[in-house]
Amino acid sequence: MTEKLLSLDEVSVSYGKVEAVRTVSLDVAAGEIVTIVGANGAGKTTLLSATMGILPFRGRIRFDGRDLGRLDIEDRVGCGLSLVPEHRELFASMTVEDNLLLGAFRSSKASTAVAFERVYALFPRLKERRLQLAGTLSGGEQQMLAMGRALMGRPRLLMLDEPSLGLAPRIVADIFKIIGDLRQAGIAVLLVEQNAQAALRIANRAYVMELGEIVMKGPAETVSKDPRVVASYLGFEPEVAA
Amino acid sequence: MLFLAQDGITNGAIYALLGFGLVLVFAVTRVILIPQGEFITFGAFTYAALSSGTLPRTAQLACALGVIAFCVELVSIRHQLSIRRLVRAALLFVIMPAVIWLVAMIAAKYSRSVPANLAVSLLIVAPIGLYIYRIVYQPMAHASVLVLLIASVGVHLALQGMGLVFFGAEGMRAPPITEVAFSIGPLRVTGQALAVYVIAALLIVGLWLFFGYTLYGKALRATAVNRVGARLVGVRTVLSGQMAFVLAAAIGAISGILIVPMTTIYYDSGFLVGLKGFIAAIVGGLGSYPLTAMAAVAVGLVEAFSSFYASNFKEVIVFTLIVPVLLLRSLAVPEVEEEKD
Repeated sequence: MTEKLLSLDEVSVSYGKVEAVRTVSLDVAAGEIVTIVGANGAGKTTLLSATMGILPFRGRIRFDGRDLGRLDIEDRVGCGLSLVPEHRELFASMTVEDNLLLGAFRSSKASTAVAFERVYALFPRLKERRLQLAGTLSGGEQQMLAMGRALMGRPRLLMLDEPSLGLAPRIVADIFKIIGDLRQAGIAVLLVEQNAQAALRIANRAYVMELGEIVMKGPAETVSKDPRVVASYLGFEPEVAA
Repeated sequence: MLFLAQDGITNGAIYALLGFGLVLVFAVTRVILIPQGEFITFGAFTYAALSSGTLPRTAQLACALGVIAFCVELVSIRHQLSIRRLVRAALLFVIMPAVIWLVAMIAAKYSRSVPANLAVSLLIVAPIGLYIYRIVYQPMAHASVLVLLIASVGVHLALQGMGLVFFGAEGMRAPPITEVAFSIGPLRVTGQALAVYVIAALLIVGLWLFFGYTLYGKALRATAVNRVGARLVGVRTVLSGQMAFVLAAAIGAISGILIVPMTTIYYDSGFLVGLKGFIAAIVGGLGSYPLTAMAAVAVGLVEAFSSFYASNFKEVIVFTLIVPVLLLRSLAVPEVEEEKD
């Protein structure tokens, strides 16, 4: 296996007395897509938040050989870690272009220009809408903008939290295609999705989370054929229309 | 009548500036900046002292606060001590105010030019905003709005007390920014009033350019719009807070400088002036710049007319303005849960 980019070692996260994530160990190598599937409330979002530094955790998280324990969110961004949260957290009253520009807040001018070109190539729709206010975009466009903004900082690992949530099937297909393209560009992706079918289709490896614990892991293909996974996450799920 | 209107607009322009400072600080840090009034006093005293050729004691105040801020910074970075952080802290909190003190000494001795005195005054007062933020607000940046407000009251009282210690109970007045005056019909326009308009307009344009066209201005706006989003792209909340406080202190100081040639300023005068900016900001919902500007002019006009027709009740009338606005807002605004982060 290639060098590990992100590794979580026995990470636990609590909300007061409730332990939402229990001793989870997980890793992502450079340039691979890893997905975490699981039902609502399994602790997937909590795990991403802790990795990004939004929530405190116990255990160890290393990124690119560096201990993230003491770093705050902004420093983690500087290390090349980026999160597109479920609620996207866009700057609604600012233009698409300004949102993207701020995505490159920590970059030099020259690399910002390059990043703009790359993001606009990936999301031509954003270029068309670049002077529109982010809050007026459709759901799919907002998701693209959130991903584009995260990519402006040229991260090495992009964490996506439910990128397909609430989007039309055709747009979901577009988004997943772009996630596949990111792997080609050498960006690792940690993908949290309720749409397990689509996620397992593009991922290299998968983890299954239940009630705050990892209950299964392995190559995405193996996981997607596991009878328990089929029954819980794939069986009753309609075929993704695309 | 015309004269009263002119007076009102002049004061309104100053209240508008103060209102902007309050809106900015609240949007970025959720702090209701009651000590804005002290920045007015400090600006006024600094400028008045420089114009009379004495060393403004605000320079010493800035140094003292800088040293305290340096100690607070040292304690907070003690676990991640590095040469870079140490040098940065020393530069910002010790060396900068020391250099400013030096500049103030030179300016007090040699400078008789109004623009130079104005610039030096800003140079002295703006860092005080930064240090106040570092000492008081930065360690409690995640507290609720109410806790931040209570802290603001504390800072206001502390700074006012320091004002009394540093400047004494004597009032101060400075010469007008320009002596020119001319008449348009029945209206007599003084250079001072003109200076207020010009500086207010320049400042508003400057702020507009800063927020609309610079990366840091946009980062400040982004922090105001969505704090989590801003952190996720790597904009430090601390940096935004510091910038907001420096800007607010500078705005307060400019207002003070514009006022001090028109009325005598005492160590506690700034508070009342700041409150009028606060009314304008409240009418604007602590969020809208254009509404704040309009409300500020209205406050200025009401003040001018009421001081002519019912001068005993001047302040009462002005502050009563806020009652119908609050009533309307309480009916119109839906319930909001306080943001948690």
